[in-house]
Amino acid sequence: MPEHSNHPPTLGDYAIEVRSKNAGPFWVTMETFMKDSAAYAIAADESFLNEAVVADLYRVDAAQVQIFRIPALNVVKISFPRPVTQASLRDRDIHAGQHHVPLAALRVPEPATAEPVERDN
Amino acid sequence: MPPSTEAVARVGVLAPSGMLGAGFDPETIERGLALDPDVIAIDGGSTDSGPHYLGAAVAKTTAAAVRRDLRILIKAAATADIPLIVGSCGTSGTDSGVDWVAGIAEQIMAEEGLDLKIARIYSEQEAAFLKEELDAGRVHPLAPHGPLQPETLESCTHIVGMMGHEPFVEAIRAGAQVILAGRATDTALAAAVPMMLGMPGGPAWHAAKVVECGGQCTTDPRAGGVFATIDHNGFVIEPLAAANACTPLSVAAHMLYETANPYRMREPAGTLDVSDATYTALDERRVRVEGSRFEPAEQHTIKLEGAQVTGYETVSFTGIRDPYITANIDRWAALLRLIVTDRVGQTLGLTDDEYGLDIRLYGHNAILEDIDPDSTPPREVGVMLVVNAPSQATATAIAKVANPLMLHLPLPEMEYLPSFAFATSPAETPRGAAYEFVLNHVVDVDSATSMFRTEYSREVSRA
Repeated sequence: MPEHSNHPPTLGDYAIEVRSKNAGPFWVTMETFMKDSAAYAIAADESFLNEAVVADLYRVDAAQVQIFRIPALNVVKISFPRPVTQASLRDRDIHAGQHHVPLAALRVPEPATAEPVERDN
Repeated sequence: MPPSTEAVARVGVLAPSGMLGAGFDPETIERGLALDPDVIAIDGGSTDSGPHYLGAAVAKTTAAAVRRDLRILIKAAATADIPLIVGSCGTSGTDSGVDWVAGIAEQIMAEEGLDLKIARIYSEQEAAFLKEELDAGRVHPLAPHGPLQPETLESCTHIVGMMGHEPFVEAIRAGAQVILAGRATDTALAAAVPMMLGMPGGPAWHAAKVVECGGQCTTDPRAGGVFATIDHNGFVIEPLAAANACTPLSVAAHMLYETANPYRMREPAGTLDVSDATYTALDERRVRVEGSRFEPAEQHTIKLEGAQVTGYETVSFTGIRDPYITANIDRWAALLRLIVTDRVGQTLGLTDDEYGLDIRLYGHNAILEDIDPDSTPPREVGVMLVVNAPSQATATAIAKVANPLMLHLPLPEMEYLPSFAFATSPAETPRGAAYEFVLNHVVDVDSATSMFRTEYSREVSRA
C-alpha cells in the first residue's frame, strides 16, 4: 500500500501520467500512461474500466465512448464526443486539458497487483 | 530551382517546431540543414485554441513572433534551395490569414534581399457553393454530428476547407519556393514533398503525423523540432537538438496525441493505418518506423470548418474569502443566479431565454462542476460571471445589474452585509463576439485541388 496516503489507491497512483486534450473541436481524448505491465493490467481490465464506467464518470453516452487498450505502450486511451461544445458559454476547459482528473481519481479495487508510483506529494 | 520530381531514394523533412511563431533555437535549424532536407514544413495554426480565430479571422500568434521565425526559415530555405511550406496560416487558415503571413514574408524578403517565388493557396469557401454541394448530396456529417442544414452554412462568418498535399505539390511543381497555405491538414505540409518525390503513402503520412507537433515526439518537447528521413520502406525520426532524443516510446506515443483513434487517421485522399507499425531504436536518439500503411479512399473528401457568432459576451470577476459563504458556496451561487435573473427581468425587461448566464466558481468546481471527484470545501472562491447576449450593450448591462450582488449578496440567514473582492475596476470586461464551431462535415470532390485557389507572387514557369 502507498505509505503517503490513507485513502484507497486510485488509477493515477499506478500511472506515470494521466492526461486529457481535445481531439479536434468535437472530441475529447485522454490517456493513462501506466508505470509497467502490472499497472497496465489494472487499467486494461475490462471489468474495472469500461465504457459504462467512463460514461458514468463523465456523464456521457456509453455508446459513444471508445476505449483503446495498447499493451505495447502500457496505455489505455479513451475518446468520446465533447459533452460541451468548445468555447461555448458552458465550456470551462477550452483545450479539455483538465478533464483527466475524474479518470485519475478512479478508485482501484483491492487487492491491487502492482505497487503505486512513489510521488513527492 | 524546384526539386526534381524524379523518383529518389530518400526524402528529408525538416520540421522546425509545432507552430510558426512558437519559437525555436536557430542552431537547431542549422543542424537540420546539415541533414540534407528536401523541404522545410511548419504549421501556422490549429483549431485547438477555439473558434474565435476562425470566426473573427484573426491570428493567435503575434506578428513579431511570426516574423522572427519566418525570417530564419526563409533564409534557411533560400540557402538550401528547398521549398518552405507553411500551413493553416494565421491560425485558422482564412484568406486574410494567408495574406497576413504573405505580407510578413514579402517584407522579410525585401529586407534580406531575397526574391523567392511565393504561392498563396486560399482555402476559404463560399456558403453558396457548399449549399449546391449539399443539395447534390455531396456533403456528409462526421461523428458526432448529424446532417448539415443550409442555414448553418449561411450563419458562418468564415468557412475553410482542409486541403491535403495535392495543392502543395501543384505549387512546388509550378516553381513556388515559399508556399503559404490556408487551412490544411497538419500532416499534408510534411507529406507533400515525400509524396511528390514518389515515397509510399504509409511512411510519408506516418512521418508527417509524427513531425506535425515538432518536438512533441521527443523526450524533451521544449528542445525544438525534428527531422524525418522517409524512404521506400519506412522512415527515420530524430530530434534537431543534439541533446534531445527520440525513443520508440516517445515516437509511438505521439500517435495518441490529440487523436481520437490512435491507429487510423483520415486524410482527404485516404486513411493512414499504423496498427502494424514497428518502432526500432537505431541508437540513443534516432528511431526507425516501418509497417505503416496508407489506404486510398474510394471517395476523396475535403473536411469543412466553420464558425458562427453565438452572441456577445461580458465577463465579471469577484473573489470570496468569507468562510461562511465559501462553506455554502453552491447555495450562494444558486441565490445569485436567482436574484440576477429576477433583477434583469425587472430592469431590462429580458426573460432568461433571451440571454445566457454562466456562474463559474473557481477554487470550488469551476472546471469540472458536477463530475469533480473532490468535494472538499474551498478556502477562497473566484466567482466568474459570463454573460452571453444578442448585443454587447445588453451583455454589459446584464453584468452591471449583477454588479451590486457580486459585491454584497448575503445568504438569507446572515445578519451582516458582506463585501466581496472584485478583481478589477471596472468589474465588467466586454469580450466582443463569441463564436462556436458549427461544421463537422466533409464534401465529396472529384479533384483534390478544385476547392483551393493558388496565386503566385509573379509569373512562374511550369516545370
